[in-house]
Amino acid sequence: MSQTRKQLLVDPLVDNNPITLQVLGICSALAVTSSLSVAFVMSLAVIAVTGFSSLFISFLRNYIPNSIRIIVQMVIIASLVILVDQIIKAYAYEISKTLSVFVGLIITNCIVMGRAEAFAMKNTPFNSFVDGVGNGLGYSLLLMCVGVVRELFGSGTLFGITVLDPVNNGGWYVPNGLLLLPPSAFFIIGFLIWGVRSWKKSQVEAREFKIQSLEVH
Amino acid sequence: MEALISLAVKAIFVENLALSFFLGMCTFIAVSKKISTAIGLGISVMIVQSITVPANNIILSYLLKPGALAWAGFPDVDLTFLGLISYIGVIAALVQILEMILDKYFPPLYNALGIFLPLITVNCAILGGSLFMVERDYNFSEATTYGIASGFGWALAIATMAGVREKLKYSDIPDGLQGLGITFITAGLMAMAFMCFSGVKL
Repeated sequence: MSQTRKQLLVDPLVDNNPITLQVLGICSALAVTSSLSVAFVMSLAVIAVTGFSSLFISFLRNYIPNSIRIIVQMVIIASLVILVDQIIKAYAYEISKTLSVFVGLIITNCIVMGRAEAFAMKNTPFNSFVDGVGNGLGYSLLLMCVGVVRELFGSGTLFGITVLDPVNNGGWYVPNGLLLLPPSAFFIIGFLIWGVRSWKKSQVEAREFKIQSLEVH
Repeated sequence: MEALISLAVKAIFVENLALSFFLGMCTFIAVSKKISTAIGLGISVMIVQSITVPANNIILSYLLKPGALAWAGFPDVDLTFLGLISYIGVIAALVQILEMILDKYFPPLYNALGIFLPLITVNCAILGGSLFMVERDYNFSEATTYGIASGFGWALAIATMAGVREKLKYSDIPDGLQGLGITFITAGLMAMAFMCFSGVKL
């Protein structure tokens, strides 16, 4: 049993990552990664919400009528997100300003709904909790990877601490401003997916068209 | 009037929901394989967006804002913390109502859009539009303009994306980049192109 639980926790990290393979929850992954501390708070918020929403939905799974399950799930998720939002506003007000609407958007983050629908409705509370946390971790892993690249090369800092001394402070590193702008997040995730799929060949998508090779007769 | 037009242009191009705020990305990536379906989804998002943003604006200013309940005799009540849950409730309910109305009165449109409507409830662009409306403190006419324009911007982005992807499937792409990977890179290039609009001063 503990083996399967470990599987539930570790599987979503690389083998079944919610972002690179299941294509869920990309919206916020792109928007909040320009600085690492913001990405970190966002990750914690998402882990908490996926974990606990899976737990509560799984507790209630036998009492939720099938026809209104989406609304019930929405209400549970929205209440949790309100809680998280209030906590972030209370203890990290500056970061909550940068996150702006994206904390609220955890409600519509497909990872949360997706795990509730696909896993928590059919499994025991503890397993669902582990699965939710695992998927939250998979999401965070990607968020942190993108965040490290963007903050390190975009402004030369990590968690606000200077690592590469930027030129305008008398250092040597010329910050790559593009990395702080929205489009760079798309590129980084695109390349990350490329990397993951070159490593795990089974995730490669089939081609729709095959280009004929030019053979010399 | 001029302010509203500049707000609309800004919402469509400069602050495009899909390409500069990454809202509705899940559906943006998943449903942009064919132009026709992409346009269908784009239109549904636009319709829902232009109804929900003003509706949430009314709810905010008459029920939730500090002092908004003065008409009911509770001038000190501040219910803004209930914002998220009421917006998503409004969106879910409106999508459901819209689905029923379309089914009853406009069957051809319902058949065309039918499968996308439930998807829209969990589309971040819709909730995001309402949240931006709250954050930027729009009044009713601004909210209406913003709803229509931001929906149109999202529709424009997904339709263009689908156009690019239809051509893209004939290209020779490295194995690991096939499908999702190249879609991200394309979206990045499009986002960069849309950034040119940020120089437009209004």
